[in-house]
Amino acid sequence: MGGKDRVPPSPILSPWRRWEALGPIAGLFWRGSVWLYLAAAYAFIFLPVVVLVVFSFQDGRLPVPPMQGVSLKWYAKVLADRDLMAALAHSALVAGVSSAVSLMLGFLAAHGLARSVLPGSVWLRGLLIAPMTVSSLIIALGLLSLFQQTGVRLSLLTVGVGHVVINLPLCFAICYAAMGDHQKAAERAARDLGASEPRVLWLVSAPMLAPALAAAFFLSVTFSWDEFIIAFLLTRFDVTLPVEIWSMLRSGLSPATNAVGSLVFLVSVVAVVGTEAVRRRA
Amino acid sequence: MSLAARDRRLGWGLVAPALAWTVAFFVLPFAAMVALSFARMEGREIVPAFDPGNYARFFSEWPLFKALLNSMEITVVVTVVSVLLAYPLAAIIAFRVPVRWQRLALLMAVLPFWTSYVVRSYAWLLVLGQNGVLNKALLGAGLIAEPLEIAATRTATVIGFVHFFVMLLTLTIYANLVQLPTNYARAARDLGAGPVQVFRFVILPLTLPGVVTGAFLTFVLCMGDYITPQILGGNNELTLPQLIMLQLGRSGNFPLASALSVVLMAVITLAYLLSSRWLRVDRV
Amino acid sequence: MTAGVSVQGVTRAYGPARALDDVSLDIAAGEFVVLLGPSGCGKTTLLNILGGFAEPDSGRVLIGGRDMAGVGPKDRPTTTVFQDYALFPHMTLAENVGFGLRMRGVAGPARAARAAEMLSLVGLDGRGARKPHELSGGQRQRVALARALAVEPEVLLLDEPLGALDLKLRRAMQDELKAIQRRVGTTFVHVTHDQEEAMAIADRIVVMNAGRIEDVGPPRQVYLSPKSLFSAGFMGEINKISLDGTWRPVPGPGVLCIRPEAFGDQGLDLGAGRVTDAAFFGAHVRVHVAPDAAPEVRLVVHLPQGAMPEPGAAITLRATTWGVLQA
Repeated sequence: MGGKDRVPPSPILSPWRRWEALGPIAGLFWRGSVWLYLAAAYAFIFLPVVVLVVFSFQDGRLPVPPMQGVSLKWYAKVLADRDLMAALAHSALVAGVSSAVSLMLGFLAAHGLARSVLPGSVWLRGLLIAPMTVSSLIIALGLLSLFQQTGVRLSLLTVGVGHVVINLPLCFAICYAAMGDHQKAAERAARDLGASEPRVLWLVSAPMLAPALAAAFFLSVTFSWDEFIIAFLLTRFDVTLPVEIWSMLRSGLSPATNAVGSLVFLVSVVAVVGTEAVRRRA
Repeated sequence: MSLAARDRRLGWGLVAPALAWTVAFFVLPFAAMVALSFARMEGREIVPAFDPGNYARFFSEWPLFKALLNSMEITVVVTVVSVLLAYPLAAIIAFRVPVRWQRLALLMAVLPFWTSYVVRSYAWLLVLGQNGVLNKALLGAGLIAEPLEIAATRTATVIGFVHFFVMLLTLTIYANLVQLPTNYARAARDLGAGPVQVFRFVILPLTLPGVVTGAFLTFVLCMGDYITPQILGGNNELTLPQLIMLQLGRSGNFPLASALSVVLMAVITLAYLLSSRWLRVDRV
Repeated sequence: MTAGVSVQGVTRAYGPARALDDVSLDIAAGEFVVLLGPSGCGKTTLLNILGGFAEPDSGRVLIGGRDMAGVGPKDRPTTTVFQDYALFPHMTLAENVGFGLRMRGVAGPARAARAAEMLSLVGLDGRGARKPHELSGGQRQRVALARALAVEPEVLLLDEPLGALDLKLRRAMQDELKAIQRRVGTTFVHVTHDQEEAMAIADRIVVMNAGRIEDVGPPRQVYLSPKSLFSAGFMGEINKISLDGTWRPVPGPGVLCIRPEAFGDQGLDLGAGRVTDAAFFGAHVRVHVAPDAAPEVRLVVHLPQGAMPEPGAAITLRATTWGVLQA
């Protein structure tokens, strides 16, 4: 790559020529800077996570240097915290149910739009994708005004409704993109062999799309699990984990927050690495 | 009924649930919010009206309008910096890292993505704070005499955002780079293009839609985010979402919050229109 | 089980283009019919209409005497072998073949037995547990055939089923397809653009062009005495001599058609000609000839393997079979 294939435009010593004169040194420099960049990027990306995890073991009161010794007491404190554990359960519930609903609605809609020629299908697709291109703050505020004007009580259910709004476009888009000609041909063959529409969906479309469906569900769960603003605005008493962590922050820096964050991180990493391992074996 | 008509009816039946949900919980609420933005506050009461007063306030009161400017400035800086940092990273992973290590390299590059969003901002506070890791390190090394005041400034907000979006964009851009058929670059080389020209005339144009899509998502997410500026930027320079939350919380001024949200929506729509030529939102 | 098909005045338009223009065709029960034509001639549209994947704008389709209007693919007595096979990638071969029976409520063991039987019919005995991706193109083709036949359709529709195979395999599969059709006795309607394939397997060939039927008949008839110029040209190479010009070997009007291999020692006398070039083609020698009576015309003549005339050599032109068709 050093530039041997480059013909200098003029006999005058151009900047390129000078590079060429440097020859292998320039190549080394270039290659070195590539790896340096990679290392710097990883350092930047991992810096906050490393700090987070390291100071979750802090023996002192503050999660900042100096490190006053290693202790697991913050983990013990966090795991014994009732509110936190309740929030964790709420988050899991909302994430699971809202993702399942999103996936079902998104899959059916994608199937409908892929199999039939509907008038205005471009607009329909646009409408279904639209919530993805809008800030969750706006979606949350809109739902809040709707619920207030119609007198709906805020609860985990209203949070779930909001999470379906943001995850439905994602599930729809993933399913729709995964439905190729191959898929359509197989569905057509199934119909030809006498399968009713529900059976086409259940026996052919869904199994063929299994990887896409799993990816959509997994991403939905992740987004819902981590979503803050909708969960913050649309529930009063039964809060989710991000909202609970938020309220912990308001009482200042504490290694307890580090411990919670590290635990959440650990669970996510295990999930991601697990998915990756399964994917690799398949 | 003809087969085609029956087929269409089935198609509608399948789309209907998702459509109903989107209309009921996205279109309708948005309409309700727009309606509310024209209402008036009398004391602590919301009075339905058709009063553009909230919008007039937004454009006439400097602190309100300034919030929009703050948001725009931060978002533009974050988007540009993130793309400029993420593209080389994605390219190095795609073209320099051996193929069998690429997935691992990518997985590592986005691993902190999976920490809780709230926690990630908080972690940056630990790094950038007055007694944080960065200041302690720099002081210890004798590089600075006084601790830097980064936390509770716009710089901290930008760093927090860039960290998040570099990961997101690396994923998007990498996906675009690896799906380029290698023969395009080979053909260009064969026709006499140098590495810079290959990038400029072949790789960049082909990956541009992916980059623009990623940049648009960055713009939307960054523009509408409340957490990062609230945790890292503090209350000195409010962004639009912070201002909206402030109206909701402290003063309970729902109509003004709605009007500000409509403004936020308008800005995002504008960004969408500007980038729509290259956008592939349905193919993210 | 087998049934006849009656297509009556079927028209189908896609926008302004007429894919089918007033097509009528009767297919007898147990017949092997091939729809032949270039791409875009309407043959696939006709097949889709038979299968229930498309509907005619006007006209009727009867299968076994029953009007198929408003009957979806699922309820028709037809099954299709698709061009891309459309095997279910997540099911084993046995599950693929048994799918139609499963839809008809046949119990598991009976299904498995029938699937095994069908797989052995197509020469894939004992491979029921494999998945489609483990098979070669030709094997997938056989599974698709077995799957479509397993439900004992009255009419089997085949949409260019051999199109994706290489030439050698295609020729082998043709013979097998014909043999299987004889065994099961089902009506086969087969679409292709390969006239050799059509002649190899068909009881009757239907030549289609621009949404219309140009010619119908057994292979020999369609090849040797085509009803239209298009049909004559599509079935194989042919010399066309306009009878409007100065050279009229037979009285006009029309076009005199002679196949290259129809030149011999006797028959219609076209006078002498001169060889302009010759090439060895294996089974025959292909020669271009300029007739003395019309030197601007080039006739293609197939000579026996042994002959290898030099350019400029004189040759007498006599056609054993020929026909005059209207342009």
